[in-house]
Amino acid sequence: MGDVSELFPLIVRMDEDGELVGDLGLVTKQDLVDVYREMRLLRAFDERAWNLQRQGVIGTYAPFKGQEAAQLGATKPLDDSDWLVPTYRDWAAGYVRGVPVTHGLFFSKGHPRVGDVPKSANVLPAQVVIGAQTLHGVGVAWAAKLKHERTATVVTFGDGSTSQGDFHEAMNFASVFSVPLIFFCENNQWAISVPIERQMRAKTIAQRALAYDMEGYRVDGNDYVAVYNLIAELAGRVRNGEGPFLVEAVTYRLGAHTTADDPSKYRVEAEEERWARRDPISRIEKFLLRESLIDEEQIQAVDVAAKAWVEEVLADFKAELSISSSVLFQSVYAEMPQSLANQFDQYMKRVKEVGA
Amino acid sequence: MAKLNVAQALNAALAQALEADETVIVLGEDVGKDGGVFRITDGLLDRFGKERVIDTPLAESGIVGTSVGLAIAGMKPVAEIQFLGFIYETMDQIASQAARVRFRSLGRFSAPMVIRTPYGGGVKAPEIHSDSLEALFTHTPGIKVVTPSNPYDAKGLLLAAIDDPDPVLFLEPMRLYRAFRDEVPDEPYRLPLGKASVVREGTDITLIGWGPSVPLLKAAADELTARHDISAEVIDLMTLTPLDEETIVESVKRTQRAVVVHEAVRTSGFGGEIAAVLQEKAFLYLEAPIFRVTGYDTPYPTTMFEDLWLPDTTQIVATALDAIRY
Ligand SMILES: Cc1ncc(C[n+]2csc(CCOP(=O)(O)OP(=O)(O)O)c2C)c(N)n1
Repeated sequence: MGDVSELFPLIVRMDEDGELVGDLGLVTKQDLVDVYREMRLLRAFDERAWNLQRQGVIGTYAPFKGQEAAQLGATKPLDDSDWLVPTYRDWAAGYVRGVPVTHGLFFSKGHPRVGDVPKSANVLPAQVVIGAQTLHGVGVAWAAKLKHERTATVVTFGDGSTSQGDFHEAMNFASVFSVPLIFFCENNQWAISVPIERQMRAKTIAQRALAYDMEGYRVDGNDYVAVYNLIAELAGRVRNGEGPFLVEAVTYRLGAHTTADDPSKYRVEAEEERWARRDPISRIEKFLLRESLIDEEQIQAVDVAAKAWVEEVLADFKAELSISSSVLFQSVYAEMPQSLANQFDQYMKRVKEVGA
Repeated sequence: MAKLNVAQALNAALAQALEADETVIVLGEDVGKDGGVFRITDGLLDRFGKERVIDTPLAESGIVGTSVGLAIAGMKPVAEIQFLGFIYETMDQIASQAARVRFRSLGRFSAPMVIRTPYGGGVKAPEIHSDSLEALFTHTPGIKVVTPSNPYDAKGLLLAAIDDPDPVLFLEPMRLYRAFRDEVPDEPYRLPLGKASVVREGTDITLIGWGPSVPLLKAAADELTARHDISAEVIDLMTLTPLDEETIVESVKRTQRAVVVHEAVRTSGFGGEIAAVLQEKAFLYLEAPIFRVTGYDTPYPTTMFEDLWLPDTTQIVATALDAIRY
C-alpha cells in the first residue's frame, strides 16, 4: 500500500509570512481586519488568565494560545442554529458561539457557572473527559437529522483524543448513520507531554477518515482563511444532508498544557520557536500591513482595546462570582427526591453555621 | 386486559411509547431485525421503521454516548445494553456524562433517556451475563435506578421511565422475562418512580428486595406463615434510587425486624444502604440487627455453581428466623 497520508495534503491559503498562496475565498479583507482584532483580544485574555492563575485568582487553566485561527475558523462560519460541542481548551471557539470567555475563568475557578451556557447558544458545556464529547456530537447531529433540521454540528477534540475508544466509536456511528457532523481535531501536536507520534503510527489524523469511508481534510490550523473556507464549505454540505466529515487542523499549543505543566521537560525550544513563527495572528497582521489595511498606529490601538476588554471581562467575572451555595443540590434531578431533600436541609444548616 | 409475561409487557410499553411520541427512538445491538436477544423489541422495527428502531454498531459507549447527545438535542432515546455485565464498557458515558448533564449545566441541558438492560442470574448464562451491578449506579447521583419484578409493574414503570425528565437505568430481571403472566391493562399507564410497594402485608418482620428477588421473598413469606406462624411483610422497592425511605421505615417501625435480600455481591451492595437508612431512622424500634441475604463476595460463578451462589428461599427463611429469635 502506498503512503495514504499523501491523499490528505495540507490545505493552506495564507502562509506564515502572510502571503496568499491561495485566494481569500469567502473571507473578505474587512473580515480579516475584524478577526485580527478579535484574535488579539482573545490572546490578551488567554495570557491574562495565565497570570491570574499565577496570582492565585483562579485554579488550573488550559490556554488556547496558538490555536486561535483553528477555533475561530471552525466556528465563524456557523449559523445560530448550528451546534458546537467543545472541550476545556475551546474558550475562543465558545466565545464566537456566544459563550462569554468568563466561562474559561469559571472553569478554572471550579465555579458552577461554567456549565451555565447562555440559552441563546447551542453549545454544550466544556468536556473534561478526553474524547467523551465526540459521541455527544454524533448524538446531537443525529437528532437534527431525525428531526429533519438543517443544522450543522461541530465537535472539537485534541490529537490525544483520537486514541480513545469513544473517538473511534463516534467516527463509526457517525459514518454508519450518516449524521450531519464535522469532527474537528485541533492537532496541537501534544497531549500534555506525549507527542502525536506516540499517539499513532499514522502520519496524519485526517487519514483516519478512510477507515470510516468518510471524507477527511488536513488544513493548516494556523491559517484562518483556510480553516474558515473549509468549514464554511463543509457546514453548507452538512446542512444539505451530507456528512460526516473529519477535519484535522494542524496547529500548535504555544503555551503549556495547563498552568500546572512545564513543557520544557518534554519539548525543545527550537520547536517552540519554529511554531512561534507560524503564529496565526502574526501572519494576518503581516498581510494586513502589506495590504495597507491596518497601520502601526492601529495595531497599537488594538493593544489598548485588548487591555480594556480584558478588564471588562474580569469585572464581569468578579460580578458573577457570587452564587448561592444551594446550587449544589438544585440540578441533580429535575425534581429533588425526598432523600436528597433531607440531605439538602442538613447541608443548608451547615452553610448557615459556617456562614458561607 | 391480556395476560402477559414481563417480556410482552415491556414490548407493549415500548410500542405504546413509540406510538405516542415521535421523539422516542429505540436503539441498541440487535434490537431491530432480531427484536433483541430476549425479543423485548420484537416487531417494533416493522411497525416504526429503521429511523426509530435502530440496530447500532457493537459498541456500548457509542450507544449510550450518542444517546446523551440525542437526548440533549430533544430526542427520547431508549437504549438497550444487551446484558448488564457489559455496562462497564460505557461506565463513563452513564456515570460521568448522562447522569451529570443537568448538574454540569445548572439545568440548561438534561439527558432524559432510558437505558434498558437485562440482569441477574439463574438462567445458566455464560460468564459476565448474570451479574447484578445495580450498586454501581445507586452510587451515582443524577440517574435513577428502576427494576420491576412482574409484568404489571414492568409496563407501568417503563412508561414512567420514558416520560421521566432524568436518565433512568431500567434493570430487567432476566430470569423473570417469561417466568409467569399477569393481567396487564391494554391502555398505557404509569407507576410512579421512587415509590416502593408493600406486596404483602405482615406484622412480625419485613422482607425487602427488588427485581429477581421478589418472588423469593414471597415464597419465603409463605413458608414463614405455613411452617412457623410468622407474619412477614414483603416490600418490593421497584425504584432503588431515589429510594422510598418512608415505606421501608414505616414498615420496619411496625414489624421491628428486617431482612434485605439481593443477588448482588454483599460488600457495598445496596442492602447495606437499606440497613443504614433503617438504623438511622428506626433505631429505637429495632428488636434485632438488620440482616442481609446476598450473593457472596466472589465474581459471579460459572453456571455449575450458580444455584449454590444465589440467595434462595431457605436462606431467607433461616435468616428471618434468626432475626425473630435474636
Ligand atoms: C479520559 C481522560 N483521561 C485522561 C485525562 C487527563 N488529561 C487531560 S488533558 C489530557 C491530554 C489531552 O490531549 P489532547 O486530546 O491532544 O488535547 P489538548 O489538551 O492537547 O488540547 C489528558 C491526558 C482526561 N482528562 N480524561
